[in-house]
Amino acid sequence: MIKYIIKRILLSVLILFGVSLIIYVLVRVKPGDNFVRAKYAMQLAQDSTGEVEASVERMENTYGLDVSPVRGYFKWLGNILQGDWGESFIFSVDSGKTEKFYSLTVNGSTEYIKYENASEIPAEATGTIERAVSTKSVIRIIYSKCGVSFVISLIATIFEFVIAIPLGIISATKQYGVLDYSVTVLAMMGISLPTFFLGALMLKIFSIDLGWFPYAGLLDPNSGLPKLVDNIHHLVLPLMTLIILSIGGLMRYTRTNMLEVLNADYIRTARAKGLSERSVIYKHAFRNSLIPIVTMLAGILPGLFGGAMITETVFSIDGIGKAAYKAVVQGDIPFVMAYNMFLSVLTVIGTLFSDLMYAVVDPRVKLGD
Amino acid sequence: MAQAKKDSHYISAKESRRIAAENRKITRAFEKKKARRNVNESEYLTKMADDGNIVEFDNLHTYFYTDVGTVKAVDGITFSIPEGSIVGVVGESGCGKSVTSLSLMQLVQGPAGQIASGSIRFKASDGKVYDVAKMPTAAMNKIRGKEMAMIFQEPMTSLNPVFKIGQQLDEVMLLHTPGATKEQAKARSIEMLGLVGISDGERIYNQFPHELSGGMRQRVMIAMALECNPRLIVADEPTTALDVTIQAQILDLLRDIKTKINGSIMLITHDLGVIAEMADYVVVMYAGRVIEQGTAKEIFDHPMHPYTIGLQKSKPMVNQSVERLYSIPGAVPNPVDLPNYCYFRDRCDRRCPACNGDYPEIRTVAGTHRVACHLYEPEDKGGAK
Repeated sequence: MIKYIIKRILLSVLILFGVSLIIYVLVRVKPGDNFVRAKYAMQLAQDSTGEVEASVERMENTYGLDVSPVRGYFKWLGNILQGDWGESFIFSVDSGKTEKFYSLTVNGSTEYIKYENASEIPAEATGTIERAVSTKSVIRIIYSKCGVSFVISLIATIFEFVIAIPLGIISATKQYGVLDYSVTVLAMMGISLPTFFLGALMLKIFSIDLGWFPYAGLLDPNSGLPKLVDNIHHLVLPLMTLIILSIGGLMRYTRTNMLEVLNADYIRTARAKGLSERSVIYKHAFRNSLIPIVTMLAGILPGLFGGAMITETVFSIDGIGKAAYKAVVQGDIPFVMAYNMFLSVLTVIGTLFSDLMYAVVDPRVKLGD
Repeated sequence: MAQAKKDSHYISAKESRRIAAENRKITRAFEKKKARRNVNESEYLTKMADDGNIVEFDNLHTYFYTDVGTVKAVDGITFSIPEGSIVGVVGESGCGKSVTSLSLMQLVQGPAGQIASGSIRFKASDGKVYDVAKMPTAAMNKIRGKEMAMIFQEPMTSLNPVFKIGQQLDEVMLLHTPGATKEQAKARSIEMLGLVGISDGERIYNQFPHELSGGMRQRVMIAMALECNPRLIVADEPTTALDVTIQAQILDLLRDIKTKINGSIMLITHDLGVIAEMADYVVVMYAGRVIEQGTAKEIFDHPMHPYTIGLQKSKPMVNQSVERLYSIPGAVPNPVDLPNYCYFRDRCDRRCPACNGDYPEIRTVAGTHRVACHLYEPEDKGGAK
């Protein structure tokens, strides 16, 4: 078992290497590969002093664009391996560090000055204040933004499973009944609706027309509600959107698996023993129908931490999904690259996790061979 | 003619929808009846016609309401299983023998499959006689697995892959014996594993089904069936999926067990050799009906129905050399719309003018030997004899 996990992790490293190559190549070959120049095209055109040219060259150097793609890739990879994922073009977050400033009274007004060396501090400095330092490091940005997304996705996923799996089982056991048909129709509607459309519809109906829920963000200082209640109040619509859209697929999947299991010979054996329909379904059939559902666990991990791009954007929730959307639209290449690498790491871990879970739910699966 | 024949199997979408809607009405009524709770026992208690029997099938009809029409899988069969005997039910694939056994266990796959009419009387160990055809599922669950148990054709898939053998065995005893503890159930399970010839029951008890061979799994299935000392074991082709050496072992085991538990066995098979070796009484089925029945001696020494004769001819003989093994020409008629004449008429090599008439009634020809064939009808009825 341990040997299997180690083997899989080593394999994952290889997979991630491939993924990083693909991401890098995709970004390098996309139109306007000379992205820095494209971004500063206007300034470059008006550049008379050569200052902009110099700064662009400096940036190209920073992002490894002044070298061939092959060398650039290894440079980028080298930086990543050293923990340097680059700096975002558009985001900055609180780094958690603070800097000390000394207040000096100059000509009757107070100024705050930072000194590198203690020896430079003048004697007349009257006091110190601390200021938070912001950072543009993409890793820190991802780290700081994925908390919100994780909470939202976790709640949505829990609801998804709690609603979809029982619905799937019920509609399988009452196949072709009224309940089965109505659940199926609703699930199909959920699957077919695009996120942005349902999100906008929700906003229009429940927020703008009815005014029941706020339409953006997570917190409204004027609401007068306790922070947690206000958060929940803000999350109702995005969560509903996420849940409505996701239960359809899982429900149909559960239903199909359950139907298949219910026709199995061992279910007939269980009935022949005299077990009640309840224990036949919830003991003998349920365990077996779980086996294929475990595959879905692979997709859950990136889903949990990766954020919901469209939903977060529609509801203006400052999570990683919205950040990723903004980064893509505004061409924040270091962030996009780091975000994709982050997703692929999660996917690889998720796959490993679901393979391990297979062995837990299905005794026929033996790992390590 | 060819065109007409084709048309008879063709069903328009409209027609299919109409049939489906009708079927839903019918099957829903059946399912509702079966799902009732707290039904008064008097509704399904009955009396045996002959007290020496443990099971009596009386004009049983089991239908499958499909979208292309009603399939009469079992169409009015009557036979009984005397106490302490092995009754073999034989016939080719699709003749309704498995459906007969599933009807007895009330395991016909619903909602399409339903016992449409007739009765199945079963005498339980406390002397009560139940009519399985009328029992609601809740009441049926009390005797399934306890008074009657079933061994299935496919040992490879009949055990739940995610539970240990022990768990699956214990379950039967824990379910049917009030107050049984887990330790008692385990002891019983290991004892039963020993009874079916598994010596290291303790080890098998903790194994999963996939770790056992087909023969071992079938033994486990038999052990499971024996768990509550049933009075009747229904064995649906218990050896078909096994290789020949294991077949003989399993058959020996079944015969052994019959004497040990002093019960009866309903043995379903298409293998005449198995029947000859095991059965006291034989029932030959064709297209959902019993066409010949009697003691094994009667059937094997004096087969009367041309179909039975054909079946015996198509069995390979060890000490005879034949150019080509005999096979009955033609195929079983379409079960959706069966003709009103003898179903075997078009395949029969002893067809006579009377065969153009109605379906022959089953009649006693000698002792317990009964046959449904115009050849053996008294002459005043237009028979050939």
